[in-house]
Amino acid sequence: MHFEYHVEGGNFSQAGFTSSQVKKTLKQLNVDGDVIRRTVIALYEAEVNIVAHAYKGKIAVDIDPEKISILLDDEGPGIPDIQKAMEVGYSTATPQVREMGFGAGMGLSNMKNNSDRLDIDSVVGKGTRVMIINYFNPTR
Amino acid sequence: MAATNNLVNLEKIAQLLDGQIITDAGNPDRIIEGAFASDLMSDVLTLPTKHLLLLTGLVNIQAIRTAEMSDIDCIVFVRNKKVTVEMTNLANETGIAIIHSPFSMYKASGILYQAGIKPVY
Ligand SMILES: Nc1ncnc2c1ncn2[C@@H]1O[C@H](COP(=O)(O)OP(=O)(O)OP(=O)(O)O)[C@@H](O)[C@H]1O
Ligand SMILES: [Mg+2]
Repeated sequence: MHFEYHVEGGNFSQAGFTSSQVKKTLKQLNVDGDVIRRTVIALYEAEVNIVAHAYKGKIAVDIDPEKISILLDDEGPGIPDIQKAMEVGYSTATPQVREMGFGAGMGLSNMKNNSDRLDIDSVVGKGTRVMIINYFNPTR
Repeated sequence: MAATNNLVNLEKIAQLLDGQIITDAGNPDRIIEGAFASDLMSDVLTLPTKHLLLLTGLVNIQAIRTAEMSDIDCIVFVRNKKVTVEMTNLANETGIAIIHSPFSMYKASGILYQAGIKPVY
C-alpha cells in the first residue's frame, strides 16, 4: 500500500492530519496497538516539525506485510548540525510555535525512541528528509 | 489512596472538578486510573503510559491531536477555557472525552491525586 500527503508549513490547524490517517489505516490492518502508538508518535513529531520549521513537505507512506516506511521530504531551511538538533532541549522554534505547545527540543529524540529505524538527511537552504521505519512484529 | 474498587469514571471526575462533560465521545463508562498535567505537548508525546487523563490549559486543536497520537482517553481543560466546535468534533471522531473545569491546574491536580488517580512519574 502506498499513500502520499502534502503538508503546509505554518498551518498548525492541519498538523497531524497525516498521522491521523495513518493511525486509522494501521488500526484497520489490525497492527499491534503499541506499534501503532510508536509509529504515529514518531510521525506526528516529524509532521509537526515540517509545520513548525519548514515551508512545505511531502509525506510518502508505504505499508507491506512486515513494516511501515515513512518518508518525509520538506523544502525548508534544513538542519545545519543534525547531531546537535537531536539533543534534548535544542530548539530554534519561534514564539508562535511555543504558544502552540511545542518547541521544547524534544521531538527528534522522541522520534528516535519511537522508531526501529530513523534516518535524517538535510541540506541547509534546501530541505530535510526524514525516514522512519517500524516493524509490525514487536519481537523483532 | 483510594481502594481499587473505588473506580473513578468521567462523571466522578467532572463532579470532583466542579466541571462539565463536554463530550464523552460515545463512551461514558470509561475508568480513569492515571493522569498527567502539562501545557507542553512536546512532553506529553514522550509519556510511556496509555489511557491517561490530561489536564491542560492549552486550548487548541493540537492538544486533541496530541491526545489522539498518545492514546490519551480524556482531556480536562482547566480555568474554564472553552473548546471550539472543531476541537469537539475531532475529539468525538477520535474517541477522546473532554471536560471543562473552572479550577486551576494546581487545584485540579491536587484533587485528582487525592482521589487516587495515579501520576505518571
Ligand atoms: N524539518 C525540519 N526543518 C528544519 N529544521 C528542523 C526540522 N526538524 C527539526 N529541525 C531543527 O531541529 C531542532 C530540534 O527539533 P526537535 O523536533 O527535536 O525540537 P523542536 O521541534 O524545536 O521542539 P519539540 O519537538 O519539542 O516541539 C528544531 O528546533 C529545528 O531547529
Ligand atoms: Mg519538533
